[in-house]
Amino acid sequence: MHRNLQKIKEKAIEKALFLSAFFSVFITLGIVGVLIFETFEFFKEVSVFDFLTDTQWTPLFAEKHFGIMTLFAGTLLTTVIAMSVSLPVGLISAIYLSEYASKKIRIAIKPALEILAAVPTVVYGYFALLFVTPLLQKVIPELSGFNSLSSGIVMGIMIIPIISSLSEDALHSVPMSLREGSMALGSTKFQTSIKVILPAALSGVAASFILGISRAIGETMIVAIAAGQQPRLTLNPLVPVETITAYIVQVSLGDTPAGTLEYKTIFAAGMSLFVVTFGLNMVSYFLKKRFREVYE
Amino acid sequence: MNNKLKNKLYDKSFYVVGLFATLFGLIVLLTLLIDITIDGFSRLGWQFLTNYPSRKPEAAGVLSAWVGTVWVAALTVVVAFPLGVSAATYLEEYSKKNWLREFIEINISNLSAVPSIIYGLLGLQLFVRGLNMDRSVIAGAMTLAILVLPLIIISTREAIRAIPTTIREASYALGATKWQTIRNQILPAAMPTILTGTILAISRAIGEASPLITIGALTYVAFLPTSPISLEFPYISLKGFFDPFSVLPIQIFNWVSRPQKGFWIDAAAGIMVLLIIVFFMNGIATYLRYRYEKRIRW
Repeated sequence: MHRNLQKIKEKAIEKALFLSAFFSVFITLGIVGVLIFETFEFFKEVSVFDFLTDTQWTPLFAEKHFGIMTLFAGTLLTTVIAMSVSLPVGLISAIYLSEYASKKIRIAIKPALEILAAVPTVVYGYFALLFVTPLLQKVIPELSGFNSLSSGIVMGIMIIPIISSLSEDALHSVPMSLREGSMALGSTKFQTSIKVILPAALSGVAASFILGISRAIGETMIVAIAAGQQPRLTLNPLVPVETITAYIVQVSLGDTPAGTLEYKTIFAAGMSLFVVTFGLNMVSYFLKKRFREVYE
Repeated sequence: MNNKLKNKLYDKSFYVVGLFATLFGLIVLLTLLIDITIDGFSRLGWQFLTNYPSRKPEAAGVLSAWVGTVWVAALTVVVAFPLGVSAATYLEEYSKKNWLREFIEINISNLSAVPSIIYGLLGLQLFVRGLNMDRSVIAGAMTLAILVLPLIIISTREAIRAIPTTIREASYALGATKWQTIRNQILPAAMPTILTGTILAISRAIGEASPLITIGALTYVAFLPTSPISLEFPYISLKGFFDPFSVLPIQIFNWVSRPQKGFWIDAAAGIMVLLIIVFFMNGIATYLRYRYEKRIRW
C-alpha cells in the first residue's frame, strides 16, 4: 500500500515537473499570440503595402504615415555600426584567448569580461550620450547631440563579450590534432589560427556573430537615450534617428490608451522586431548545433 | 626568406593586437566607471538614498527607485526560481531524448535571445490588461520572472549535468526512488551552482528598464509600496504587490533624458547605486562558484 502511494507520488511529481518545463512553450505562444492579435488589429486600419513601402513613420502626428522601413533604417544603422566594432574586436580577442593566451591570462580575463556583460544597458546609454558623443564632437563638429554613431559604437562595445566568449568556445573545441598537423607542416601560430582553426570553427563563430546581430537589433535603452527619437530614412550616422525599440519606449512613456491606433503600432513594431530576431536566433541555434555535431 | 620574416612578424604582433583587443572592453569599462564617479560622486550620500525624486535636482533622491527595485527583484525570484529549477530538473533527469525535448530546448534557447522589450509587450497585454494587475509591482515582477526564466533553466541544467552518475547510482542502490534521489542528492549537490546562475539572472533583471517602461511603470513616484509587515493585525499585508512602482534603471533613464544638467548628476549618482548592487551580486555569484569548484572533487 505504502509502495503504491509512493508510486503515485513519483508520477505526480514527474507530471508537475513536466508542466513547468512545458511552461516555456506557453511563454512563446503567449508572445506570438499577443503580437499577432494586435498586429492583425493594426492591419485592419493600415494596409500592409503602406506599412512595408511608405517612407515616413509619423503615427503620433496629425498626418499619419506608417512606413516601418523608416524605423528599420534606424535599427539597421545602429546595428551595422555596432557590429563593425564588436565583430573585429570580438573575433581577434577570441583568437587571442583561445590560441595565444596562457591559461593564467585566460582565467584572469574571463571573469573581467563577464563584468562588462553585467553592466545594465541604461548605464551604457548614459555613457554614449554624455561621454562618447561630446568626445566625438571634438573630432566631428557637425555631429548632433543625438546620433546613431555613438550609440552604435557603445552598443558594439557592449556586444564584444558575447562574440568573444562564444567564438572562443568554438575555436577552443577544434581538436588539437588539427593544430599539430598545421604546426608540423611549418606554419606559425598565426597561420594556423587563421587558415586552419578559424575555418574549422566557422559555423560556431558565425553563430556568435548572428547572436550578436540579434542582440544589437533588440537593444533598447542605449538607442532610446543616445540615438534620438526622430524617425528618419537615412544612412547618415551623424544625425538623430529612431529605432524600432526606441519607438516602443517613446510610445510607452506617453499615456496611450489601449485600443487606439497608436497603441497598436507598438505591437506591429514589436512583431517586426520579433520576426527578425527570431529568424536570426534560429539560424544561430542550428549553426551551433551543426558545429557541435562535427566536433563533440 | 622575406616571406618567413613576414610570417614571424605577423605572429609576434598578434600577441600585442590580441591582448589589446581583449583588454579594449575593459579599458572602456574603466573609463566609464571613472567618468560616472566624477559626474555623480558629489551627489551620493545618505540624503540621496532617503529622498524621493524631486523637481529640484539637488533635492532629488532614489528612495522610491531602490525600494521598488528590491520589491520587484524579490518577487521575481519567488516566481522564477521554483519554476526554473523544476523545468531544468525535468529536462535533465526525466525527459527522454525525443522530439518533444528537442522542441522545448529550441524554445528555451530562443526565448533567452528574445529582445527584453518584447517581454514588456507580453507583460503589458497579459498582466497589465488581461489579468488586470495594472502597473503594479506584481505585474512588473511577473514580466521580469518570465524574462529571466530561460536563463535560470539553462544554468540549472548545467549545474545538474555536472553531478556525476555515480551519485545517482549510489542513491538508487540504497533503494531510493527517483524523486528521493533528486531531492536528497542531486539538487543539494547542484545547489551552489544553481544559486550562482539565479543570482546572475536576478542581477540581469535588476538592470532591465525597457520591459518595465513598456508595461507602464511610472517614472515619477513619490511614495513607497505598502510595507509587507505592519504592527497591527494581521501583521502581514500583500497590498504592496498591487501598488505602482518605479525601479532604479527607469529613474536613471528619466533623469538622463532631461535637458537640465543638474539631473545628469542625479543620473550618474543613481548609476553608482545601481552598479554597486549589480557588481555586489555578481561578486557573490563568482565567489560561490569559485568556492564550490575548489571544494568539491568528485
